[in-house]
Amino acid sequence: MIGGLFIYNHKGEVLISRVYRDDIGRNAVDAFRVNVIHARQQVRSPVTNIARTSFFHVKRSNIWLAAVTKQNVNAAMVFEFLYKMCDVMAAYFGKISEENIKNNFVLIYELLDEILDFGYPQNSETGALKTFITQQGIKSQHEDKRRAIPDHQPGDWANWLAAGGHQVSSERALPGCAGECEPPHVPTGGKQSIAIDDCTFHQCVRLSKFDSERSISFIPPDGEFELMRYRTTKDIILPFRVIPLVREVGRTKLEVKVVIKSNFKPSLLAQKIEVRIPTPLNTSGVQVICMKGKAKYKASENAIVWKIKRMAGMKESQISAEIELLPTNDKKKWARPPISMNFEVPFAPSGLKVRYLKVFEPKLNYSDHDVIKWVRYIGRSGIYETRC
Amino acid sequence: MTDSKYFTTTKKGEIFELKAELNSDKKEKKKEAVKKVIASMTVGKDVSALFPDVVNCMQTDNLELKKLVYLYLMNYAKSQPDMAIMAVNTFVKDCEDPNPLIRALAVRTMGCIRVDKITEYLCEPLRKCLKDEDPYVRKTAAVCVAKLHDINAQLVEDQGFLDTLKDLISDSNPMVVANAVAALSEIAESHPSSNLLDLNPQSINKLLTALNECTEWGQIFILDCLANYTPKDDREAQSICERVTPRLSHANSAVVLSAVKVLMKFMEMLSKDLDYYGTLLKKLAPPLVTLLSAEPELQYVALRNINLIVQKRPEILKHEMKVFFVKYNDPIYVKLEKLDIMIRLASQANIAQVLAELKEYATEVDVDFVRKAVRAIGRCAIKVEQSAERCVSTLLDLIQTKVNYVVQEAIVVIKDIFRKYPNKYESVIATLCENLDSLDEPEARAAMIWIVGEYAERIDNADELLESFLEGFHDESTQVQLQLLTAIVKLFLKKPTETQELVQQVLSLATQDSDNPDLRDRGYIYWRLLSTDPVAAKEVVLAEKPLISEETDLIEPTLLDELICYIGTLASVYHKPPSAFVEGGRGVVHKSLPPRTASNESTESPETAPAGPPSGEQPDVIPAQGDLLGDLLNLDLGPPVSGPPLATSSVQMGAVDLLGGGLDSLIGGPNFVTPPAAAVPANLGAPMGSGLSDLFDLTSGVGTLSGSYVAPKAVWLPAMKAKGLEISGTFTRQVGSISMDLQLTNKALQVMTDFAIQFNRNSFGLAPAAPLQVHAPLSPNQTVEISLPLNTVGSVMKMEPLNNLQVAVKNNIDVFYFSTLYPLHILFVEDGKMERQMFLATWKDIPNENEAQFQIRDCPLNAEAASSRLQSSNIFTVAKRNVEGQDMLYQSLKLTNGIWVLAELRIQPGNPNFMDLELSLKCRAPEVSPHVCQAYETILKN
Repeated sequence: MIGGLFIYNHKGEVLISRVYRDDIGRNAVDAFRVNVIHARQQVRSPVTNIARTSFFHVKRSNIWLAAVTKQNVNAAMVFEFLYKMCDVMAAYFGKISEENIKNNFVLIYELLDEILDFGYPQNSETGALKTFITQQGIKSQHEDKRRAIPDHQPGDWANWLAAGGHQVSSERALPGCAGECEPPHVPTGGKQSIAIDDCTFHQCVRLSKFDSERSISFIPPDGEFELMRYRTTKDIILPFRVIPLVREVGRTKLEVKVVIKSNFKPSLLAQKIEVRIPTPLNTSGVQVICMKGKAKYKASENAIVWKIKRMAGMKESQISAEIELLPTNDKKKWARPPISMNFEVPFAPSGLKVRYLKVFEPKLNYSDHDVIKWVRYIGRSGIYETRC
Repeated sequence: MTDSKYFTTTKKGEIFELKAELNSDKKEKKKEAVKKVIASMTVGKDVSALFPDVVNCMQTDNLELKKLVYLYLMNYAKSQPDMAIMAVNTFVKDCEDPNPLIRALAVRTMGCIRVDKITEYLCEPLRKCLKDEDPYVRKTAAVCVAKLHDINAQLVEDQGFLDTLKDLISDSNPMVVANAVAALSEIAESHPSSNLLDLNPQSINKLLTALNECTEWGQIFILDCLANYTPKDDREAQSICERVTPRLSHANSAVVLSAVKVLMKFMEMLSKDLDYYGTLLKKLAPPLVTLLSAEPELQYVALRNINLIVQKRPEILKHEMKVFFVKYNDPIYVKLEKLDIMIRLASQANIAQVLAELKEYATEVDVDFVRKAVRAIGRCAIKVEQSAERCVSTLLDLIQTKVNYVVQEAIVVIKDIFRKYPNKYESVIATLCENLDSLDEPEARAAMIWIVGEYAERIDNADELLESFLEGFHDESTQVQLQLLTAIVKLFLKKPTETQELVQQVLSLATQDSDNPDLRDRGYIYWRLLSTDPVAAKEVVLAEKPLISEETDLIEPTLLDELICYIGTLASVYHKPPSAFVEGGRGVVHKSLPPRTASNESTESPETAPAGPPSGEQPDVIPAQGDLLGDLLNLDLGPPVSGPPLATSSVQMGAVDLLGGGLDSLIGGPNFVTPPAAAVPANLGAPMGSGLSDLFDLTSGVGTLSGSYVAPKAVWLPAMKAKGLEISGTFTRQVGSISMDLQLTNKALQVMTDFAIQFNRNSFGLAPAAPLQVHAPLSPNQTVEISLPLNTVGSVMKMEPLNNLQVAVKNNIDVFYFSTLYPLHILFVEDGKMERQMFLATWKDIPNENEAQFQIRDCPLNAEAASSRLQSSNIFTVAKRNVEGQDMLYQSLKLTNGIWVLAELRIQPGNPNFMDLELSLKCRAPEVSPHVCQAYETILKN
């Protein structure tokens, strides 16, 4: 099991150190700093073995979280735990930063005492923890009001768009009530059913019931949560097509043309569209012309960023740019990173629909009719990339 | 107000200030002070001096303050054991607090205070807490048992806590069950034989029920525990699998991987004919693919495990190639692992797609990744024959990029492609040669040199190319030096005229100017080979090589099976068994997959995981090496005869002759420097071939005693004469091959290794056909039986007695000599039957003084019995006559060296008083006759 847990700042200074097992000495803290944080080369593995001690680490902005053990622990569990730890901390005090960690160190120790006992992970649902945790989270003053999102939220799951995604929100979660909704794969209203490759569920879902009855039944925890994730590769309507054209004009000039085409009902509007076109490192100047939206060359990000607020379905838009290059004697060719895109569309590109949602609340005697239910479909891009 | 201010108090006299604050009357102030203390503790300052003051704050009903004090206690109790006792009373009191949170907190913290004196006081409160009415307290107490066990295992057993813990597995609350399982599993690991978990169908059922109710972590504990269970039959295995499969849809990747582990393990027990088996296989793929959508660190763990799963059951993911394509923003560790799996999944069906991807990767930035991608293209060529041509042209494109490391990597893999498809893609050699100058890595240089040497006859300026490498010979790495040596020898054998000087130069560089023993020895081997018999040298050096296998880097099957039992854990990430990275006895119990139920065995065997190269390939190489070894042995172990000269002198002679003797003498053979014993016919290549077949015979022919009579083993070398090594043995002849059956017994106290054997020259040129292979070191009191194949093409020298054989055996201790007499019948060849007419003519032809008369006494056999018995030892009856009630058998036999022996055997059946046989032998070499007679006697009487 986990023998100890350390949190470091980017310099390798220890902010939090909690040791659960005798086999982990104080030198373990230093070993990780010297061999991983201060290592000359880029880290090649999230698991490091130093002198028969294994270190698991994850990074959130410039904070390192490291779990240490001398046993053959369940590695997947340790990483899941570290992510959960980050989620819990984020829920209490927002962004995981050196400042916030220092501000909340008593809380963090209390959390570590509660959710990791002798190295065994314990219940770590934020809602459930309220019963046990006495400290309050202190958020940074600099932080803006919107809910801080951890650096790498599980929500931005890679195939979110490619797979098509939607969110089901219930306005208020009723404590102690149970919900049930019909999963995909069942013909809805005479329409075709869709095939999904795989899906996973939040731990509140009764998996054995889903396995036998194919309906998702669950007792929701407090607050917002991700009930289900699914993955599909067949019959997806890609909301946008990206057609890039890159031409090298001599050694010092590059011509780029990118066309995007929206491929959904003309009555629907896509929002927050952003196209990111990477530029070579030796770019000296860029001229951009675009028909719609605004485009800017951002030298610090080595990219042209093209933003369009709204775009209806079955439309086409185009950007063209001339990129001037400084002559270099670097032999290596430019690696041409892919063009990436972000957007939101008001439907699920996979075609997935929620057929019904029923609420049971025996104690308070709610009937299913008393509950106001609504479903909103949003398709949000995850990683949406095109090679150029 | 924030907590960060606590980190900033670094003034002098801080401890005094804190002391005052801790003893303040105000609760708030106390709390602030304890926080400051903990902050100092975190950054590594010593605040242990404040121990009594902090402990004084413990008695409070404020949960927040109590927790803070407990935190401090956990850290410092160990360094202040006496002080820690002060806290005991409060702990004990807290364990009975009406608030379950305080009860749990107290028992949790007490377990963390690892002071012997405290543990005594812990027992009573723990016992109560284990039976507490509140599940939160019980689940905390369950973990506390594991804590206490870690401090004092005996105490836990004596107090009966293990039984209580076992009872908790049936607790109504799943959290309690989960922690009890976790605690028991860990305790059980340190008592491998105790059967603590006592897994049986009933308890398994309880666990499976709890599985549905647990938190995600609890599910992991339970699944990991289930994986240790071995179902009693395939039906039980199937029913557990059915109840575990829903877990594959859990959002927590660790739950999924642990479920995969249980399924992979129990699947071993299911019959492949079962419908359910197929269903299960199909169910495994989607969740494994979904794992690749997790955060990168988890993807890494998942990929390392998928690598194992793909090797164990390739069918699961064979259609999922696309998901392993590398994304631009994947961290490097994910990219490298994906690439590994892509190569494993590559097949004819998906190769086009894979190649297109790999070509993209080869232009990326990360050097390691690019190299691996180039290497992967080569692997594809070797794995999928249809794609080889496209792979080669892709590699050539990449070479044109002139990116240094890409070129080098490409050359290394092209070398392998040449090995797999000889004489197919050599047209690219010219392009390769153009890049000779840019190669600066040893592996690439060695590969290029290998190519030049191997295809020397097609490269016009091969000698110039190799010569250019030779200039800096001593600066090269060993790998390159060895390759250069071999390549030049190859070149010499192919183009002897122009390269005399070159080969001499490299041989002297390797043997005289190098400190590296490998290089020096290889140099000597070549030198000796070239000087002894260039034809043989050609056969050895330019021998056809076995093709390389398609799959590389496969994990050895038993390790793979073990690692499958560790799916999800660190062992599966490192691809090493836990014993390789875990200290002490903990967690190093060797795990293995459950055996298949007997009924399935037949269906299983043809589909076992792909093994290494087909077993036939290995012997291809070994005998050749063996012969070289035997030759080398000659150098330092030769018995005191005028055998091969000593190493140095041989070298000098070789050198002189190399200079003097031209091409003709080299190809022409024996008038080069041949050892004095080279009266052996020119087919020196033969021993290798026959050695090979001997080896095969050995494996196939053991036990089929169709051959001639075998004497029981006799002690040849007593242990006292050989520092504890006792050798006994006998000779056999079976279907044309002679072998020496040895029994080596180690009667010394030390382990014996490095066995080798050598014969002195003897009358019939008997020599070992293969090196003496003792596969494992011989431990004290151990005995090993070895059958050493012999041939008769060794050096000949007449011995006294004729069948005397002097043997030298070497081991790590010393060299020992002994001599033994071999029965002549092992030399009787199978085609020793002479034509009747020929027999008569020969009989007459041999002068009478060559005839010898013998009597074989007390042999009650009739003609038929004698004839058949003799025939099995290759003494053939040519004719039979009955003269005056006596049976006359006319027989012939031929010795390995071509000497014929003719015999007349007179038998008097039906005469109980006269049971002696009379034997007349005629032979051109009469000195063999007594020994032939002896052979007759042995054969007839046994």
